[in-house]
Amino acid sequence: MTLPQLFFLYFAVSMTGLSLLVVTRRNPVHSVLWMLVLFLHIAALYLFLNAEFLAAIQIIVYAGAILVLFLFVIMLLNLRREETERMFQDQWPVGAGIGVVLAVFFVVIVGKIAVLAPLGEYSIDAVQAEGHIMSIGKVLYTKFLLPFEIASLILLVAIIGAVVLAKKRI
Amino acid sequence: MPGTYIPTNYLPVAIIMVFAALVGLGAVVAGILVRPRRPYLQKLIAYESGNPPVGEPRYRFSVKFYIIAMLFVVFDVEAVFLYPWAVAYDKLGIFGFVEMMLFIFILLIGYIYVWKKGAFVWE
Amino acid sequence: MSVSAMLLVFIKTILVVSVFLIHVMYVQYFERKVIGHMQSRMGPMRVGWHGLLQPIADSIKLFFKEDIIPSAADRPIFYIAPIIGVIAGVSSVAVIPLWENFSIANLNVGILYILALSSIASYSVILGGWASNSKYSFLGGLRSSAQVISYEIAMGLSLVGVMMMAGSANLNDIVKAQANGWFIVPQIIAFVVFFISALAETNRVPFDLPEAETELVSGFATEYSGMRWALFFMAEYAGMFVMSGLAATCFLGGWSGPQIPFMGTMSGLIWFLMKLYMFIFIYFWIRATLPRYRYDQLMGLGWKIFIPLALLNIVITGLVKIL
Repeated sequence: MTLPQLFFLYFAVSMTGLSLLVVTRRNPVHSVLWMLVLFLHIAALYLFLNAEFLAAIQIIVYAGAILVLFLFVIMLLNLRREETERMFQDQWPVGAGIGVVLAVFFVVIVGKIAVLAPLGEYSIDAVQAEGHIMSIGKVLYTKFLLPFEIASLILLVAIIGAVVLAKKRI
Repeated sequence: MPGTYIPTNYLPVAIIMVFAALVGLGAVVAGILVRPRRPYLQKLIAYESGNPPVGEPRYRFSVKFYIIAMLFVVFDVEAVFLYPWAVAYDKLGIFGFVEMMLFIFILLIGYIYVWKKGAFVWE
Repeated sequence: MSVSAMLLVFIKTILVVSVFLIHVMYVQYFERKVIGHMQSRMGPMRVGWHGLLQPIADSIKLFFKEDIIPSAADRPIFYIAPIIGVIAGVSSVAVIPLWENFSIANLNVGILYILALSSIASYSVILGGWASNSKYSFLGGLRSSAQVISYEIAMGLSLVGVMMMAGSANLNDIVKAQANGWFIVPQIIAFVVFFISALAETNRVPFDLPEAETELVSGFATEYSGMRWALFFMAEYAGMFVMSGLAATCFLGGWSGPQIPFMGTMSGLIWFLMKLYMFIFIYFWIRATLPRYRYDQLMGLGWKIFIPLALLNIVITGLVKIL
């Protein structure tokens, strides 16, 4: 096993473990903290994929914005009651069992049928030469122009939705 | 493909983060042996200007904070779209300028809507 | 990367960060002296010549202080919160170029790295406030996080103009792009937005609402004592250094300046430190001069004035670059 693969192994294992920690904590604020650690691991994994811009965005948007929103929502809840109530439904062992079986199937099947796509023109060296942000910028605003403009419409819907939802409650 | 590349230029970042964590931990841990530890009930209750604490400290707060967090997510994503555009601006030329103006214009509609709805007013 | 190269990086990093931490420790002496003289006082005078050993005396005092953990606190988060702040504050310094072609880490995403870490720093405040389980702390943490996230957008958008001018987010390239003139002239709007947002981002006067003594005692840090409180303090001052360094790098040409005789490459460091400390002096000056903002004014300023101004600056910069 090469050194980069060892790093990947570490990230894969610890990210799975962290995800389990997120869903099994009794206190939701502790879950958020573990999720923060999880997001940092995802960002680091992006670095190992030579995608430093995505790593920065992972932290700015997910850790810096979405998780803060989670935290605000959790703080709006009544945590005292949350801590005394049952965490999982009775059938959770069945759910966990199905999850494990599916995971095994997934590993077996992906191992059998996975075919690597042909390498594109943005090899590691090409991205290193001009920088990852520049590579994304050049492609996103020419080749993927339409998805980019559609993103603005989706964001518009999100803005309006946020206000409408909150206004109803007031 | 995972497992082929190591971002060596991020090594100092890892070192500095570990070092900062050690400085933070060390500053707290090193003092354990020398600092006094004399806790008693009155010292350990939450500070409320000298009075005994009343009620639950983590009470429900204004839903305004939630709206701000929500809008923050949206505008943060907008800003994220601007970063690669700004870096690649010289390569994109007038075409890039026009498309980003369209993007900003659409979001401006939402911004004005939110403003008119009074989300930025704190009473 | 060979082992010797890694060792070199290690030594370089630890050395620079240690020097940085000494600066962080001493800047509070500088602050007390500046504000003291602005208020016709002398500031610290007792410990050492003109109080020069004051920060060391303060550190020793804090080291021997009792570490009080309120019985209602959420212990793990109470422990972790200040350390998150220190990690985020101190490691932001890694990408700031200190002299020609020298920064601890030369990253292509330099600006975004700082923005990312400053968004992590807001956790230390909100979690510290929440974990203390006290009303003052909780409100302080809540207010502060809402303030920090509001101004983060304005700050990010104001730096977009700089990235457009330089065509890069790498801070070394941004300094080199200012060879023909500092960005403060074409990006004056961005500079004003950035500097004021940076004040709010680091919770400095006039935007230090999270710790508004008159209403919230010490805000999120009310229940913290001794060394843990000092860590919050350290994170705040490290953040101030990073923001001043970023302002100097993005708008005042960073390390660039006329060669100082006999100094070699260190001439760049001297220019950089002069610009950095000028900004830090302005921070203190503002603290000695301005009263605190009201919370609604603060949020209104961020959302209604700075965000449109920053967007306008992007449009103007784009137009100017095309023409």
